[in-house]
Amino acid sequence: MENPYVPYPVRIDDIEVATEDKSLKTFTFVFQNPADEEKFAYKAGQFAELSIPGVGEIPIGIASSPVEKGFVKFTVFRTGMVTSHLHNMKKGDIMGIRGPLGNWYPWEKLENKNVVIIGGGFAFTTLRSSIVYMLDPANRSRFKNIDVIYGARSPGMLLYREKLFDWEKRDDINMHITVDSTDDPDWKYHTGFVPQIVEKNAPVADEDTYAIVCGPPIMIKFTQPALTQLGYQDHQVIMSLENKMKCGIGMCGRCNIGKELVCKDGPVFTLEQINQTPKEY
Amino acid sequence: MNFITIDKKDWAGGIDKSRKTYRVFGPVQDENGCQLKPLAPDVYPLMDAGVTVMSPKSVLFPQTEKMLTATLDESSEDHHIMKPVEKDNTPRVVLGIRPYDARAIQMVKLNFDNPDYQDPYWCEAYDATTFVGLGINRPDSCDFSTSAGTGPFSEEGLDVLMADLDDRYLAKILTEKGETWAEACGFDTSADAAESQALFDILRKEAEKNITASVDTDRLSEKSILDLYEAPFWDDVAFSCINCGTCTFVCPTCWCFDIQDETKHKTATRFRNWDTCMSPLFTHHASGHNPRGSKVQRVRQRFMHKLKYFVDKYDQGIMCVGCGRCVASCPVNIDIREVCKTMNNYEKE
Amino acid sequence: MDTCIEKIRTICADLLAKGEVQKVIGFAEGSIPMASRPIAVTSKDDVEKLVFNATCGLNLANYVSEALPKDGKIAVTAKGCDSRNLVTHMVENQVSRDRLYIIGIPCTGMVDKRKIAALFEDEITDFIEEGDTLTIVSPQKKEKVSKTDVLRHNCRMCTHRNPVVFDVMAAEPVEEQSLDQPFADVDQIAAMDPETRWAHFQELTKNCIRCYACRNACPLCYCPTCFVDESSPQWVGKGQDKTDINTFHFLRAFHCAGRCTDCGACVEVCPMGINVRDFTRKLNKDALELFGWEAGLDMEKRPPLDVYSPDDPDDFIK
Repeated sequence: MENPYVPYPVRIDDIEVATEDKSLKTFTFVFQNPADEEKFAYKAGQFAELSIPGVGEIPIGIASSPVEKGFVKFTVFRTGMVTSHLHNMKKGDIMGIRGPLGNWYPWEKLENKNVVIIGGGFAFTTLRSSIVYMLDPANRSRFKNIDVIYGARSPGMLLYREKLFDWEKRDDINMHITVDSTDDPDWKYHTGFVPQIVEKNAPVADEDTYAIVCGPPIMIKFTQPALTQLGYQDHQVIMSLENKMKCGIGMCGRCNIGKELVCKDGPVFTLEQINQTPKEY
Repeated sequence: MNFITIDKKDWAGGIDKSRKTYRVFGPVQDENGCQLKPLAPDVYPLMDAGVTVMSPKSVLFPQTEKMLTATLDESSEDHHIMKPVEKDNTPRVVLGIRPYDARAIQMVKLNFDNPDYQDPYWCEAYDATTFVGLGINRPDSCDFSTSAGTGPFSEEGLDVLMADLDDRYLAKILTEKGETWAEACGFDTSADAAESQALFDILRKEAEKNITASVDTDRLSEKSILDLYEAPFWDDVAFSCINCGTCTFVCPTCWCFDIQDETKHKTATRFRNWDTCMSPLFTHHASGHNPRGSKVQRVRQRFMHKLKYFVDKYDQGIMCVGCGRCVASCPVNIDIREVCKTMNNYEKE
Repeated sequence: MDTCIEKIRTICADLLAKGEVQKVIGFAEGSIPMASRPIAVTSKDDVEKLVFNATCGLNLANYVSEALPKDGKIAVTAKGCDSRNLVTHMVENQVSRDRLYIIGIPCTGMVDKRKIAALFEDEITDFIEEGDTLTIVSPQKKEKVSKTDVLRHNCRMCTHRNPVVFDVMAAEPVEEQSLDQPFADVDQIAAMDPETRWAHFQELTKNCIRCYACRNACPLCYCPTCFVDESSPQWVGKGQDKTDINTFHFLRAFHCAGRCTDCGACVEVCPMGINVRDFTRKLNKDALELFGWEAGLDMEKRPPLDVYSPDDPDDFIK
């Protein structure tokens, strides 16, 4: 019987400090057994359990994209026991990854649609995965306009800065990068909170436009009315939820919102679905 | 379906014969009342015991269970690679399980054995286990199993259902597993099927008549989740709760667990423990945020899960078999029967 | 004791009607025999729900902090031990005296439900209390028992049956017990040789399921995060390892040293019948012998392990 609790062994291939306050690091893992990479076939929006023997597991959204081969990437905020331990690990260390887990952004439904990506702070990992996926030459034509609104506290707190600035230069994606504030006189992008940028810059919704929203609760709270203003209906707003998880496969029972399990039935839900469940996230 | 009779004089001898192939579990008396435990070679199940304080779920789902281990010794080639722990999945038999407890195991099965994932620890233990139930001739006053969709002579989830006829047991063999067990015990005195079934029916009706407690569940599925969730009665329901989790630990259908790692010397072990939605840690995010940070939220979660979410998700009634253990064990007398009634009768104003 | 309930109801109805308190914390009738349930009554029309009898063995001081509204008062019914824990709460700054209206109940003890259950082979279906006479019914028999004979051990050992702090008393004070050997149980364990004693404690905790009912029912255990729940650092493993189980029980007992009123709530709530007081009683004895201290009697003094005193009996501190 297949054992869903057994992680694939991986080696830490690279560690990058992702933000200026060093609270986030991006880990690149390579599978010890090449065959495991195929078994780990994932879609943008899914997550995995990073598994450190003797320490524990932690569910993290997959930041690399299905179109990037040979490695998987995760950007991890140092907060609890496992993430603190992980931040102290070094290149070459062996650990495990269990997954891919959960559902993904509804790529089938998003075909031939305008996609608006709205992210804030650390919650840009699976959005990075999604953008890389959509911009891949094999995929770009499957989507209509792509807009990205992404904000952080300061320029140094933006994740994947080089990628962001590269995307900025392209003409097949509309980037709206913003920071809450900056004293950098050369900052050439927006300043202001994400909801304000959404209000001003996000495309007005028609029935073919979908927004994917990931961010801290305060950002989500104020982005929702902005989207409603722009004509987005609840089924057009797609969100990824976080809850405390252990098993990641819908068995251990803690991550539910109503009868839905965030780990297995989610983490991706439409606002319409979320409105029908208790807000226990 | 065949029936056999087992003379009580032969019962212990039969169990001894079966010990060659089975690990035997059964009720025994200890200082805290009756418990279901693995039986030492010279111990026999206390078949006429009352309801066990803890449910039999631990036979398949121990409170603490090792799942994976890894060596952290870097000189070893497979260091930091987690591997499943070897399990003893030799046949085991649970003697004297109460019929509603066997039904509870079928409910737990919905969680551990589903179309997407199979939990190998639970599933393999389940496959290795034979459930020999004993019909309950004299149900307790806390027993409301008939209104929870099972009953004192329910057959669901059992491999054998026995009836106590004073000097003998009449056993209805329900599955191949049950047949194999009966053979291993050398129980082969067959009984007339029609007569036996008639006897079972009489006993069942008699026992069901003695059940006085009940819950109403008929209107739970038509309510909306959010209406019940936002209902005003939860503060009152939760007031006395001390969030100890006794209700979840004694419950035969509660399946939630925690996963923990421990390291001893150079060996890392990952294991699981029963967890409880009554504990604030159950949902406590590393950030400090807790979506069920208050007692009322946690108490509501337990009852909403059992009496609404489960009902909606599986369409198999409530996630409760009416054993009454939580009613008897709750130190502050929160009574699921009352809560179920309140939920079932609730009308949003 | 059963006669005081009418007075309690009258007092509560009056307090609620006049708006002097926002709610009353007391006990309600349980849904099964020998059970009672803590409740909060907020309307004078609901005071009939209040009861007081020999099954009200929980300590209501445990409910006070959580039930306290942002401002205003609450009333709480308090047996001797409950009142001592209210004092402890006040001394430890958990609640201030002016937020509470304490309805003192002189107490003649709570029954040991396990002891009663053990008198019957089948289950108990009815339990009637009339003064000291308990009528206990099971499907097979009906028996009259004297309450005095089936009291909980802590109630038999109680020398503070009357509330030590109150705004009103629900009945005349009862006579306090005087004991020849207040710690015979502790002495008996202390007399064991080390191996036997260790074996005794191993046996004691062997059925523990770590539900933490003992901790959660204890008015002293109000730490925002208990040491067993701490994750960084994680002091104690979470599984059924004997060492972890014992660590919990030992440490909790020590954390309550000099604060425990021997109210018996920990034993009352344990679903596995563990006599948790085998741990706490020794520390109560030490507090009495070393510091002349009994918890919850003095609003002005902090517990002995919470203060420094030049005449501390232990040398190391000088």
